[in-house]
Amino acid sequence: MAAATFNQNDDSVVVIIGSGAGGGTLGNELAQKGINVVVLEAGERHEYTDFINDEWASFTQLAWKDPRTTSGSWRVSRNFPTLPAWIVKAVGGSTTHWAGASLRFQEHEFRTASVYGRIPGANLLDWPVTLAELEPYYARAEEKMGVTRTGGRPGLPGSNNFKIMKAGADKLGYKECHTGNMAINSLERDGRNSCQQTGFCFQGCKWGAKWSTLYTEIPKGEATGKMEVRPQSHVARIEHDASGKVTGVVYFDKDGKEQRQKARVVAVAGNSIESPRLLLNSASSKFPDGLANSSGQVGRNYMRHMTGSVYAVFDRPVHMYRGTTMAGIIRDEGRHDTSRGFAGGYEMETLSLGLPFLAAFLDPGAWGREFTTAIDGYSNMAGMWLVGEDMPQETNRITLSDVKDQYGLAVADVHFDDHANDIAMRSHAYKQGAAVYDAVGATRTFPTPPYPSTHNLGTNRMSANPRDGVVNKYGQTHDIKNLFVSDGSQFTSGGAENPTLTIVTLAIRQAEYIADQMKTKAI
Amino acid sequence: MSEHHGRHARQERQAEVSRRVFLRRSSELSFAAAVTITAGGALLNASEAWALDVKGLQPQTMKTLILIARDIYPHDKVADRFYAVAMKSHDEKAASDPATKAQLEALVAGLDAAAGKGGYAGLGWESQRVALLRTVSASPMFETIRSGLIVSLYNNPEVWPIFGYEGESYSKGGYIKRGFDDIDWI
Repeated sequence: MAAATFNQNDDSVVVIIGSGAGGGTLGNELAQKGINVVVLEAGERHEYTDFINDEWASFTQLAWKDPRTTSGSWRVSRNFPTLPAWIVKAVGGSTTHWAGASLRFQEHEFRTASVYGRIPGANLLDWPVTLAELEPYYARAEEKMGVTRTGGRPGLPGSNNFKIMKAGADKLGYKECHTGNMAINSLERDGRNSCQQTGFCFQGCKWGAKWSTLYTEIPKGEATGKMEVRPQSHVARIEHDASGKVTGVVYFDKDGKEQRQKARVVAVAGNSIESPRLLLNSASSKFPDGLANSSGQVGRNYMRHMTGSVYAVFDRPVHMYRGTTMAGIIRDEGRHDTSRGFAGGYEMETLSLGLPFLAAFLDPGAWGREFTTAIDGYSNMAGMWLVGEDMPQETNRITLSDVKDQYGLAVADVHFDDHANDIAMRSHAYKQGAAVYDAVGATRTFPTPPYPSTHNLGTNRMSANPRDGVVNKYGQTHDIKNLFVSDGSQFTSGGAENPTLTIVTLAIRQAEYIADQMKTKAI
Repeated sequence: MSEHHGRHARQERQAEVSRRVFLRRSSELSFAAAVTITAGGALLNASEAWALDVKGLQPQTMKTLILIARDIYPHDKVADRFYAVAMKSHDEKAASDPATKAQLEALVAGLDAAAGKGGYAGLGWESQRVALLRTVSASPMFETIRSGLIVSLYNNPEVWPIFGYEGESYSKGGYIKRGFDDIDWI
């Protein structure tokens, strides 16, 4: 069936802004239910055969490089003042770049206010949805994405980097160490190749073995004849009528010309920096603080996970860059256990960077022999990434900067300060990561600071009460019934787990809700 | 983020620094003695067999900048020509932008003055030279040089084998049959 194209004046369509884990999945799910969808993606469309096994060239191809500013005490602001996040501007969104780690949130992570209690400075809030309610949708997401070690799918084999992690984990007495729950084919599946251990997961999988909406949800949606993906369509503003109902969006096309697409429903899925920016830039006389912002929480509670890395040098070769980058995990520290000195937990996941990016990120700004002797150990190096729950703080937020982009629109400023809980957790995680490697005979270990954020969450969060957040349990904004949020900005807490599986899970569920609301003409 | 040096531009630069097989620094002489300035104003390392035309800067300035590059990111296994290639863009910019030329000449002149007789390149010990670099490390031009090297030195595919990084993988079928799990010592 030919791909659909919808008229810009067709106000019966659902317009989705962004084509990643949230937007791409929502689009396909709605299209499968017979609903007409237009997905507006700011970036270009690169097919997976276009991906490049070269870190800087791939970054140029895929990464979001439109201007952003940073503020706050986080080190990213000092070292990378205009690059708060390493995420994607392309069809498929950050599912082209992600590593494939697909973990369910834990039960208590949906109830952090109740379970963690009052933590000064932390704007904790329970999600308005529970793990039990999401479990059927998690199962469907795992099936959709082909997550290993679920649904009978075998785990990926262990690479050198994983074998070191496992040996160290065993020596320390960690009980839950394996090659991960990965949305990467361990066997050919869903018309896609199995993993060839290529080591350029972050640069897009040229085999199509890693799940990405680019070559799964999007072509499936397009095949229904009900979904149109328009690349190079950069949404500037969401419009509404006198009653406050959204009526469409204004976007800039590939020639920089302003276009308007009318809509019956609008779903925002531009990731957690652009989504609140868009709502704020859509301010009007009726909504002077931006759309859906009666709570004042649009842009607030920005979370990026407690992250950091540990790299270790051994006296013999490892070749950590060979193989599936993140197919290795220790889950033991993911529990909530305040005897360690902090609330929440963290996962320890294998990670590798190529030489070019290791030089850029191992210790940004550093120079001299202390730095270069580390790099000299490259082929004897192992690495892991520590990803844990960071505290939502109202002052960690996306606001509109004074800087304007190529369209004259205010760009996003990303303000972040670590919370004391984040610092305590990171310190613990660095020690444990080093301990894993020391147990296997590491001659030197390096704590590596957080990279420009690859996990960006919380800036349009779910809440039961409209006073406390932006959207309800279905990602529907409290203020405007036909306006939804479909990306990780919905997250009320960050949990210890990589977010993509939960984003896809929420999108599957949200599609059911939107379809039902449209059927009953509630929207 | 510092700009990415495109593959085409990088190949052009490398072609202008003539190649030999040496990857390691082979000269027994100090850098100051190993790299000479020809009558035509080019830099020449006879034992490693590379030459570099200098376009914008004084040849002695460019020579010192190459040594500064090594002192910022010293790798004993990496030959001078890789640092020379890495610094070429500064010479090119100096050739077209008088302000850049003036800043680079001033940076080197300041270090030479502080070093005393023989200049920066005449200081025999790396630690002496690094001590001088620390006095200018807060300056914007130092940071420009340092951050540029992250890409111009480490994003050179000819440098990668020195560190054991194998680069592009897909065309070779990934690592599934090329040692992704071949570790034999744990």
